[in-house]
Amino acid sequence: MTLHTPEPGDAARPAAAARLVYAKPDVLRDRSTHYCPGCGHGVVHRLLAEVLTELDLPSHTIAVAPVGCAVFAYDYLEVDFVEAPHGRAPAVATGIRRVRPEAFVLTYQGDGDLAAIGTAEIVHAAARGERITAIFVNNGIYGMTGGQMAPTTLLGQRTTSSPNGRDAALMGYPIRITEMLAQLPGVTYAARGTIADVASIGKLKAMIKRACQVQIEGGGFALVEALSNCPVGWGMTPQQSIEHLKGPVVEAYPLGVIVDRGATVAPTLDLGCPAPAHPEA
Amino acid sequence: MTSRGRPEVTPAPTTAEADAARRARVLMKGNEAIAEAAIHAGCDAYFGYPITPQAELLEWMARRMPELGRVFIQAESELAAINMALGAAATGARVMVSSSSPGISLMAEAMSYMAGSGTPMVLVNIMRAGPGLGGIGPSQSDYFQATKGHGHGDYRVPVLAPASIGEAMELMADAFELAERYRTPVMLVADGILGQAMEPVELRFRTPERHTFDWALTGASGRPARIIKSIDLDPEVLERRNLDLQHKYREITRREVRWESWQLEDADYAIVAYGTAARVARSAITAARERGIKVGLFRPITLWPFPERELARLSRHLDGILTVELSSGQMVEDVRLAVEGRCPVAFHGRMGGLVPTPDEVVGALKALKGKVDRARPPEHRDHTPPVTHWRESEDRAEAEPWAHERARRGGRR
Repeated sequence: MTLHTPEPGDAARPAAAARLVYAKPDVLRDRSTHYCPGCGHGVVHRLLAEVLTELDLPSHTIAVAPVGCAVFAYDYLEVDFVEAPHGRAPAVATGIRRVRPEAFVLTYQGDGDLAAIGTAEIVHAAARGERITAIFVNNGIYGMTGGQMAPTTLLGQRTTSSPNGRDAALMGYPIRITEMLAQLPGVTYAARGTIADVASIGKLKAMIKRACQVQIEGGGFALVEALSNCPVGWGMTPQQSIEHLKGPVVEAYPLGVIVDRGATVAPTLDLGCPAPAHPEA
Repeated sequence: MTSRGRPEVTPAPTTAEADAARRARVLMKGNEAIAEAAIHAGCDAYFGYPITPQAELLEWMARRMPELGRVFIQAESELAAINMALGAAATGARVMVSSSSPGISLMAEAMSYMAGSGTPMVLVNIMRAGPGLGGIGPSQSDYFQATKGHGHGDYRVPVLAPASIGEAMELMADAFELAERYRTPVMLVADGILGQAMEPVELRFRTPERHTFDWALTGASGRPARIIKSIDLDPEVLERRNLDLQHKYREITRREVRWESWQLEDADYAIVAYGTAARVARSAITAARERGIKVGLFRPITLWPFPERELARLSRHLDGILTVELSSGQMVEDVRLAVEGRCPVAFHGRMGGLVPTPDEVVGALKALKGKVDRARPPEHRDHTPPVTHWRESEDRAEAEPWAHERARRGGRR
């Protein structure tokens, strides 16, 4: 399907010439989500669905669902999905990548999954320059389990497991993992966006699209960090959480493209390995 | 099944010469023979991490898999290795991992996920002596882990235990077959001797037939999207998933039990042992028979499903059973459960990487016999030789789906 975006002057056109300006991408399943009111996951899902559709990817996408709030991502995106154990999505994606060179391989992880328990897997997938696209939703908290401190939790932030606020002396500092990963030559693209407002959402979509294109073009590892909110976990209203996101969160995690090495990074994948025999199911 | 330009690895025996060459006996190290058997069984992708005493398996794969245009990755950890296998297996590829005891502990997490989501994989454990970092000597200290432990949740995986390098090679093809037939991880366990020793082996390989999987993730092109997962938050749905698993396990228990009997036809006593311990037991049995003790060997080849029905039947005709293991006594618990007190069950084992000598085993056998004789002299015993057991096991072999294949290959039984 084709998606139209409103153009300047659209409003001035006569009603008779009304055209479709907004539609649900087919790849987005027609159902309500389990996410809490005000949660940013829905926005990221939507952007991902739009990008997959625009790049004509759904029919050969194999995606990896994490453990965390997005564990049910396969309930919302109509693509082949495998569930990974907590933190292991990049390793699972590596396995898919190597035996399915023709597939579009996507991971979707939260910050507890990617930046805590799965640190080794994300670092080494990036170091190998695996030709996968990783979507990293960072809301600075473990949402699914009730709002505990994550490695990305801001200093001073109160969570159910840092009830007096995160104290650097006891609990260390927040990790800017996207900047860490961007140091690795296997990383073709690393960027950080946010769902905080409409303009940012547009930029975030462009980042996700670029991260997908890198894979299509045969580049290495591509990662987009999406700063998101968790109104329930943060103990805020959705509106307050958005203000918090735009303020201290964006201040701690600067927005922008951190690295874009084009497709110059030789992907580990194209070593001339033919696809292994598979059932044509 | 399309091969899509994949190099042919198993040359068809078109001529008698080729066949003879293929069947030539060569000296091979266990780890390398297992790796080569996996390659010939059609393993598409191997993921590993170095650990003694299985490192040669990884090294063999590192050289051979790229040669054949197949996938080899040395992962950053055993955790990553098995999760790479999970991803590759989810697409329908034939995958394998290998490790040794502490590495298997790390792999346990994904084993549970794979069992829960029905993802086939073959896992080889060349066991170390534990606990902890333990040692690298031959040991069977992971019997509990393999048959009852590893990951969380109500699940089982078939566990195959070869007693020779040649048998390990044969069982690799069977392992892939079982994994795909039942959509389950399958474990092959061997101790450091089987991994490290060299034995003359026949280069006879088997490639299990390729199947089309209606669950494999290949991209949702012209069909609804497929999901491979183990989570179900609805208790009723999750119970159904578990009931399906249990049904599968009953089916495996009914159809896939394997064991070997040796010199049990006239036996008063049996030694129950697997793997390297069974080889020691054979020497002990020969020595004990020279001293007039009628003893035979019952060797489980599948540790799960354990051949409990066969052992129970056998125990009715025995005066006693000695279980020999390279552990503190783990399988002996399953032996006792199967025997249910029908005859005394004794145990002899060594730990830490030591292997009992045949003399030690004969000593343990004599001690058992002495105890049995003191309790009830032989002239007061109503003893029937376990002939019926043989007939039963033959019947069961006939019922097995691979009986034909085994007979063709000059079966073990």
